[in-house]
Amino acid sequence: MKRTTLPLLVFGLLVALMAAGLTLRPTEVPSPLVGKPAPAFSLPLLGAPERSLSANDMLGKVWLLNVWASWCTACRLEHPAVLDAAKSGAVPIYGLNYKDKPADALRWLDRLGNPYVASLSDANGLVGIDFGVYGVPETFVIDKTGVIRHKVIGPLTPETLRDTVMPLVRKLDG
Amino acid sequence: MARRGRISRWCWQLALLLFGLGGLAGAREAQPLVADPEMEARVMAIAAELRCLVCQNETLAASQSALAVDLRKQIEQQLARGASAQQVRDYMVDRYGQFVLFRPALNASTIALWFGPFAILAAVLIAWFRTLRSNARSASDVALTDAESERARRLLQASSGLH
Repeated sequence: MKRTTLPLLVFGLLVALMAAGLTLRPTEVPSPLVGKPAPAFSLPLLGAPERSLSANDMLGKVWLLNVWASWCTACRLEHPAVLDAAKSGAVPIYGLNYKDKPADALRWLDRLGNPYVASLSDANGLVGIDFGVYGVPETFVIDKTGVIRHKVIGPLTPETLRDTVMPLVRKLDG
Repeated sequence: MARRGRISRWCWQLALLLFGLGGLAGAREAQPLVADPEMEARVMAIAAELRCLVCQNETLAASQSALAVDLRKQIEQQLARGASAQQVRDYMVDRYGQFVLFRPALNASTIALWFGPFAILAAVLIAWFRTLRSNARSASDVALTDAESERARRLLQASSGLH
């Protein structure tokens, strides 16, 4: 009896560890930028390149930065949820149009609807790198003082918006 | 005859032109690889120690993803501006976290990663050694009855008698 307890215990532990490992998502790398000020940027607007927007212009309000591109299929997947969130008016959503051709991006918004207050043209992807973007779409929640409070990696779903993003926005706004 | 000569000369010129264009295209493609072999080697040495976040088990040096290409360009630009290898690594960690380093720094959160395997190996060796010792002890502790030792003695004699 005693001879079998220890191996069984070790085996049980191993199974428990592996079961826990199955629930982890290694593709979602936690961002070191959460809790830190958003990186400084100044980018031309998509569709109005003579105007630009900088990180300082955004101070004083809670906002979402949604990284998207017309070549990104997962962006199409999350688009209805982003449109719904924009329609609710709960929070201004800005786009970071990542490594895209402006003409393609504008056509994409025309066809699928434009949820963004404005989209920033990050043609060479440098601001994306400063934000630690490694896959599109990604969404950042940024507070009134310009600090990144949360990052959603991958497509936004109605559930993530309802259960995580919107409660956080309300808390930051309050 | 004169007409045929003109046509064949025209064909030759066209062929030469196409050949020349082909050569130009080839030269443009090969150029970035040999632009500065020393810089290329420095970039690749740093990139070989960094993880590509798009295809996570590949290094930044080996990955062909668009982000890896951009990040290699970043490394090159920073080195050209005089940044040290450590400054480049810090730049990556600031944006993507310790996870980008294939050899993460030794600190409280990575101590299990660095020494965990050795701790498990030590625990297994200790357990194995103890089992061996307790087995040896229990084997020598077994006392034979008189009948058993008599039987053992006879068996040993019988087998030595075979020689």
